[in-house]
Amino acid sequence: MDVVIANLPLYLQGFSVTLLLLAVGGVGALVLGTLIAAMRISPIATLRVIATVYTEIIRNTPLTLVVIFCAIILPILGSDLSFLVSGMIALAVYTSPFIAEALRSGINGVPVGQAEAARSLGLGFGLTVSMIVLPQAFRMTIPPLINVFIALTKNTSVVGGVGFVSELFGVGRTLANANGDAVIAILVGIAFFYLIVTVPLGLLATQLERKWVVQR
Amino acid sequence: MSGASVLFDAPGPKARRLSRIFSVVTAVLVVAGLGWVVATLNAPRESGGITLPGMFDPSRWDIVQDPEMWGFIFSVGVWGTLRAAIVAAVLAIALGIVLSLLRSSTIAWVRIPTAVLIEFFRGMPVLLMMLFILLVAGTGQYWAVVSALAIYNGALIGEALRAGLVALPRGQREAALSVGMRPLQSKMLVEFPQAFRQMLPIIVAQLVVLLKDTSLAYIVGYPELLRVTLNNLGSFYGNRYLFTLWCIAFVLYLAMNLSLSWFARWLSRRTDRRYHPGKAGPRPDDPSQALLLADATAEASESARGPLR
Repeated sequence: MDVVIANLPLYLQGFSVTLLLLAVGGVGALVLGTLIAAMRISPIATLRVIATVYTEIIRNTPLTLVVIFCAIILPILGSDLSFLVSGMIALAVYTSPFIAEALRSGINGVPVGQAEAARSLGLGFGLTVSMIVLPQAFRMTIPPLINVFIALTKNTSVVGGVGFVSELFGVGRTLANANGDAVIAILVGIAFFYLIVTVPLGLLATQLERKWVVQR
Repeated sequence: MSGASVLFDAPGPKARRLSRIFSVVTAVLVVAGLGWVVATLNAPRESGGITLPGMFDPSRWDIVQDPEMWGFIFSVGVWGTLRAAIVAAVLAIALGIVLSLLRSSTIAWVRIPTAVLIEFFRGMPVLLMMLFILLVAGTGQYWAVVSALAIYNGALIGEALRAGLVALPRGQREAALSVGMRPLQSKMLVEFPQAFRQMLPIIVAQLVVLLKDTSLAYIVGYPELLRVTLNNLGSFYGNRYLFTLWCIAFVLYLAMNLSLSWFARWLSRRTDRRYHPGKAGPRPDDPSQALLLADATAEASESARGPLR
């Protein structure tokens, strides 16, 4: 336990890097994912095909491979981004198809009858989408999106493991290597920091799902 | 909302032409973009006064003809990945079954600690678990990887099975009890087999995640596909081949994961048709999403009819 207390600044520093990766990677993934989802439901065939191929390829590639591409292969190709930035790019790219799928399943989950009813009442495209479809899609989308962000939080550890970014996992590994006698305390400390992000988010997702589920 | 055309009127000739033009323009843009990437990769580069050949130069790809390399990749890399994934999958399913039964126990002393344990394992990065087991339990890399994957995915599969148990029609249990079965008998002989079949697509989808996660073993040093290609072969043949080897690993992973994904989707379609004939609603094929959905449906149907116990 002493090791954890003695290295608390290091822990907090690692935690802040993890949060930074989570925030920037998350926002990047959200932007990219929304774009992909929009392409996926657009009436233009080419966009749909591109989005589908992108989703399938990225979703079936291990994160480690993506991170390695950004950390090791990109510099060979002549990029001079820091490992932290490469890590953020890797996380954003890897997470984006999951965001896109969550958004799409939310919109797909609204029964066609809802839109048909709205149209039959005389509502136009704008009103149908903004008053009938999107509110229902939104309710169904938020809990899965939270789940994607939980996965992203845990995935930040891969960036620390492959690249040379000292976020929580990196800090844990360094400390564990330096203090062989207190490995358990060090790793439990690291786990604690991950859990204070993931467990509340998970409970929130379950809570919202329970509250917002539409009875059909 | 699969027929999005409800939202707006059927496109007339003008809108159709516009969409066709847009389609062609984006296709051209994407092809141009890909062409640019390939050209950039292919261009020779100056580095410290030396001109290095481009990424698609034959001098970077001649190892592809080396049968020994392929032998090594398949016998050590692919086999290492599959060996870890298969053993972890079997253990994860077994653990999932045990956890789901404990989690849905009537005894609070069993149910609540199991729930806490599941939350704990779900919230931790698998990588941290691997490192923990490697350093603390001293099991060696193979078992560290396998047991971390088994515990993490076991917790998720356990949750899926529990959601399946709760979602079953109430009559199944009532009928079993009314013919004289004890609660445990009803659970093991009547409810659980049905829950397992219903949740099979989610479980297989989770196994795709497991297969993908075996690549984390790269970081803790277990020789699987990624480590074998990038580290072992990378240092054996030299840095020059790093891009080539990355491409090989990428293609092999895609081949393995896509075939398992397709199997999961096929299974999902099949079970869907059998259990909900005529209701072909879109089902998320991402396991964490499917899990939330199943959980919520179970929750909703339970609160609608009140608890049985």
